[in-house]
Amino acid sequence: MTPDGENSSFNLTDLVQRSGRWLCASGPESDIVISTRIRLARNVVGFPFMSRADDDTKKQLVDTLRSTIQATEIGRNYQFLNVEELNELDRQLLVERQLISRELAQSSGPRGVMIGNSEQTSIMLNEEDHVRMQILNSGLALEESWAEIDVLDNALEERISFAFDETLGYLTACPTNVGTGIRVSVMLHLPGLRITREIQKVHQAAQKINLAVRGLYGEGSQAMGDFYQISNQVTLGCTESELLDSLAEVVPNILGYERRVRDLLCRDNKSQLDDQISRAMGVLTSARSISSEETMHLLSSVRLGVNLGMVPDIDIATVNELFIQTQPSHLQKISGGPLKTPERNEARAAFLQQRLKK
Amino acid sequence: MKKCRRCSKPATLHITEIHQGNAVAIHLCETCAREYLEDESGQPSPNPAADLAAKLEALVADDDEESVVRCSNCGISFTEFREQGRLGCPVCYDEFREDLMPLLENIHEESLHIGKRPLRSPTQTKDQSRLIQLRNQQREAVEKEDYEAAAKLRDRILEIEATLRPNSED
Repeated sequence: MTPDGENSSFNLTDLVQRSGRWLCASGPESDIVISTRIRLARNVVGFPFMSRADDDTKKQLVDTLRSTIQATEIGRNYQFLNVEELNELDRQLLVERQLISRELAQSSGPRGVMIGNSEQTSIMLNEEDHVRMQILNSGLALEESWAEIDVLDNALEERISFAFDETLGYLTACPTNVGTGIRVSVMLHLPGLRITREIQKVHQAAQKINLAVRGLYGEGSQAMGDFYQISNQVTLGCTESELLDSLAEVVPNILGYERRVRDLLCRDNKSQLDDQISRAMGVLTSARSISSEETMHLLSSVRLGVNLGMVPDIDIATVNELFIQTQPSHLQKISGGPLKTPERNEARAAFLQQRLKK
Repeated sequence: MKKCRRCSKPATLHITEIHQGNAVAIHLCETCAREYLEDESGQPSPNPAADLAAKLEALVADDDEESVVRCSNCGISFTEFREQGRLGCPVCYDEFREDLMPLLENIHEESLHIGKRPLRSPTQTKDQSRLIQLRNQQREAVEKEDYEAAAKLRDRILEIEATLRPNSED
């Protein structure tokens, strides 16, 4: 069922033809740091959390929040999508683009998302909390991202009273988010550390200062394509700046490790590395059928090759895009409709050839 | 077979006590029953019947209270929260504060928010009453010799006091 009415203003088919600004690899350290993401969890005073809200209450929340946000200067250009009305493919598409969480896609009842220009910001309505706003920037951009989301939060706060306690800070449905309600995540591409089996260093460095390491799609997801997400776990008892500082401290160390092993690989195992990258390109450009998992794995090698100057004529932004566009829902959307796994694998192979062959 | 209401082992002792006109059945295993009928000192009570009655009353009251503690705003019980991991509404934080604090300290290793505060300035009256609250908490922390918490509270108090000074307008 194609959603009509309010969702028609935002064309999801057009969406797959372009990519979010955060994928363009223009930010600092974007050879290794894919993106910096910050999200804030907020709830509206006088409303129950999701577990105690009936559909009428949820609808009231979505309607009120939507119109209030669109009435602000900053929120005027945000496009609203009624997630409840979207079909599963479209919901999954938004998950793949990192615009909504799996939880929002899979839950039930009135809920939505408001998407800002260039998909840099999005505001989920009725996820685990009433409001989950996020900013997604290319590269390592901690301070800049905080400044931007802080402005958005302040703009919303001028019109919405968020539940706040003098001692406990912003009140959230789950006590793990109470206080600042912030999660800062830096997404890293670390093929070198994986190849040299030194990825454990990342876990050690992060754990020492209470940071979590997760895969591409957050909690519970595997480290597909050598992507690792580093984020804060604690939200109470420290300031937002302190949390940003803890990431600003650990991420350069990890970048240092990754760059060092890349140098070593180039010095001591250049021909082996060259072989691996060329084979990856070979499969990606000539396979007739390829799974999402294999694609991620091979694209990771190609991405490393591009960074090391070993793959001519492809830029990092293209490889970044391919990671997202070869995901199942993107592929189906690009192909014009639902496809079963075997057809999807064929469509993926064809798509990769078209994008990678010169 | 009935289970002991204290430890869930099979109950071997079944007592029916008429208390204030109500029959109360209680099932205990041998160990719990012995503990139940003894004083805290471990000595057999000089008046086991009266003792039992008092303890039964406490037990029944306990049970009632447990099933009744619900957030006055949204109706969720603490047990339901433990099962789902999600609270029912912002007021739950007030209603379950005592039970939540150890949990929060366990998760965050801290219990006092020091990050961003809403820009909508709380009125000075609110700050004044907040200061009273914080000073009480600080005194309690010192009494408990939790100097780290006390120092944090002191900082927070100084911060609020600074904003309340008449020349802090600029």
